Amino acid sequence: MEAKTWKNPVIAWIDDRLPVFSMMQAELVDYPTPKNLNYWWNFGSLAGIVLVIMIATGIMLAMQYTAHVDYAFESVERIMRDVNYGWLLRYLHTNGGSMFFIVVYIHFFRGMYYGSYRAPRELLWIIGVFILLAMMATSFMGYVLPWGQMSFWGATVITNLFSAIPLVGEAIVTWLWGGFSVDNPTLNRFFALHYLLPFIIFALVFVHLWALHVKKSNNPLGIDVKGPQDTLPFTPYYTIKDTFGLGVFMIVYLAFVFFAPDFFGEPDNYIKANPMQTPPHIVPEWYFLPYYAILRAITFDIWFVSAKLIGVILMFASILILLFLPWLDRSPVRSAKFRPIYKQLFWVFFADCIILGVVGGNAPEGAWVPIGQAATFYYFAHFLIIIPLLGKFEKTRTPPTSISAAVTHGGIGTKVKEAAE
Amino acid sequence: MSTPMNKLLIAVAAVAFLGVAPPAGAAEAPEVPEQDWSFSGMFGTFERGALRRGLQVYREVCASCHSLSLIAFRNLGDVGFSPDEIQAIAEEYEVEDGPDDEGEMFMRPAKASDRFVPPFANEQAARASNNGALPPDLSLMIKARKNGANYLYGLLIGYVEEAPEDVEMMEGMYYNKVFPGHQIAMAPPLFEEAVEYADGTEATLDQEAHDVVTFLAWAAQPELEERKRLGVKVLLFLIVLTAMLYAVKRKIWSDVH
Amino acid sequence: MANTVSTSPEHSGEGETRRDFLLIATSTVGVIGTALAVWPFIDSMNPAADTLALATTGVDISAIEDGQRITVVWRGKPVFIDHRTAAVIEAAESVPMEDLPDPEPDSARAEKPEWLVVVGVCTHLGCIPLGQKPSDPRGEFGGWFCPCHGSHYDTSGRIRKGPAPANLPVPPYEFVDDSTISIG
Repeated sequence: MEAKTWKNPVIAWIDDRLPVFSMMQAELVDYPTPKNLNYWWNFGSLAGIVLVIMIATGIMLAMQYTAHVDYAFESVERIMRDVNYGWLLRYLHTNGGSMFFIVVYIHFFRGMYYGSYRAPRELLWIIGVFILLAMMATSFMGYVLPWGQMSFWGATVITNLFSAIPLVGEAIVTWLWGGFSVDNPTLNRFFALHYLLPFIIFALVFVHLWALHVKKSNNPLGIDVKGPQDTLPFTPYYTIKDTFGLGVFMIVYLAFVFFAPDFFGEPDNYIKANPMQTPPHIVPEWYFLPYYAILRAITFDIWFVSAKLIGVILMFASILILLFLPWLDRSPVRSAKFRPIYKQLFWVFFADCIILGVVGGNAPEGAWVPIGQAATFYYFAHFLIIIPLLGKFEKTRTPPTSISAAVTHGGIGTKVKEAAE
Repeated sequence: MSTPMNKLLIAVAAVAFLGVAPPAGAAEAPEVPEQDWSFSGMFGTFERGALRRGLQVYREVCASCHSLSLIAFRNLGDVGFSPDEIQAIAEEYEVEDGPDDEGEMFMRPAKASDRFVPPFANEQAARASNNGALPPDLSLMIKARKNGANYLYGLLIGYVEEAPEDVEMMEGMYYNKVFPGHQIAMAPPLFEEAVEYADGTEATLDQEAHDVVTFLAWAAQPELEERKRLGVKVLLFLIVLTAMLYAVKRKIWSDVH
Repeated sequence: MANTVSTSPEHSGEGETRRDFLLIATSTVGVIGTALAVWPFIDSMNPAADTLALATTGVDISAIEDGQRITVVWRGKPVFIDHRTAAVIEAAESVPMEDLPDPEPDSARAEKPEWLVVVGVCTHLGCIPLGQKPSDPRGEFGGWFCPCHGSHYDTSGRIRKGPAPANLPVPPYEFVDDSTISIG
């Protein structure tokens, strides 16, 4: 790429010494983007914006919050009642957490549908999985901060997962707590880490974008960009499309904030934490429900390994397995558009995830136990059996030779257009 | 057509089907009668008369056992009480202050900036006076129960004198249609003419329950009116802006399509 | 067709002006919206409702003897209350205005001459001046002396010498009755 000359002498002077403006021009304006991206491609930039909203509201809340077991609950209520617009900042933050997961989960499913994890974007995908893991840790610790009943018992249950580790489990849990139960030291360190982790996520997002801009975006056809006729400059085409998507997103997000702010929350978290009394039905936040179902699915020991340990292992494995997805899938094409069977099974897998979520939200009794076990089995089967077999035996259709050919010759191109409008 | 959207709908429908057939064994919460509340809906506000009457019910009935620890007297100003009224209400309470110059704690009449005074000094005292049961704080009650307003209303009018024959009542418990497990330690708090309303409204059980729930709904979410007012403006603005963004998007992309 | 996309200015015409107008209008609305959205963030750092509600302090002054000074806390800051003697009042009232960097008659600073109420924060850079305890230095004018950068205040709390630009401020207060002041 030839160096651009800047008219403004100040900008030219800075750019000569630190080429930030050239970089912005190259990555945010000229960046060649496939011309056929549909609206499912909006969710990456949306996630980035939600992260910024979360950090901004979070910093303002941290200025008012008191991380002490005697004051945390009251300080949150003070934010809700006395701090100017405190209720708005807090509701933006709590609902923003849910929105963040909705957006990121859609982003993940989009990647799975269109094969965005496939070579040469494996590392991009892997960084994404690490972002998800960091988000989960952040949101879990953030949920503890208001020090309600769900905060306290959620923290107790999740930290106790580590006690399943043989030999050192108990020691690790004590270390996590900084005591012999979830208490003030735990709350303090969770607050410190809840403040730290978003900046780590921010750094990971930067690396994620860097990796994206090296290998460039995938597209609904899953075929490589052949030349400039296949792409559009990011600005103005995708900046305006992303901004429009942001507008739609904000309407949904703020409708919850203003009119149903406790929709995603649990009533029990408006009761102050009581270490002497567990609520009758503990559930994690909705975005953890599928993993929670997997955790509880194993009700039997296997050989000498306890059910508890297997549950914990499977729960972590359910996310870590995503790291191997780029190598489990050997299909000759990337996009589900040209994979008639995978296309169906993708939606079965999606439904399976939702079923796991429903199971996770219900008490582990009656029919929910076998449903949860079957759904857990299917979850892993999807990655370990179905995807490798499909790669071998599925009869795929032949993708068009180039993006511009597909767009010009109608057919798939019109379909893409329809989906986009 | 098998667009992703259709598939999504199918998947969601499959799950919904699964959802409506809950497995046996899950203890279902009792039915709660749905009420029409002045504060529900997009433009809901707290009916001021109900708030005043509800405050009266709280002070004359509930307050003998239940604290309202997150509410300060000054908060009443947000819902139409004048500074003089607030002052008068506050001065009926005594709060501990100090230490004074001699190092002694002393009692003084409450000020607008003080909070409602709890009926018991601590949890132990509360339990000692209530057969071992702890009357919960009411500040957040409406948000701390599922379907809070309807639930609390149902609870207040849901006492039944005679428990069904197959239920064996425990010592000192009362049968309630709405309370989970049906056995509640709280004696029926409200009844006909439990208070004499200052505004002359007839004090039926129904009216009292309705008023105190409205009051507690305000106590739990005092930001509600401001939130909804601002929300309507923000959403209208966003809808206009998004429509404009869509027009710009169409315009910019017109040379591609 | 799509690969001949051009965004160059020579591509202009009727459509181009409409697009420009639309773009400018939308950007304007967007910028206004963003600017408005920033306000709750800024305002959340202003004093909260409970902080404002505690902004009044009542002081019992019946036990303060002639010539005695006491310090009370109002809004987290020290307020000096000086029960001034007749001689001190006389001295404060007789200072010629032209001797004052920040001219203000004593009568404008004390509702009742025997009671001076001032915020005890030096107007230079916020230190607390000395002079409340009998053993403290009171500066060259018998009022207060700020040790940080050497500002001298007189018995009316007015700046007389040193880097401070203004007199010690008088907080809003009223006599509820003869023995009680309400500050704030």
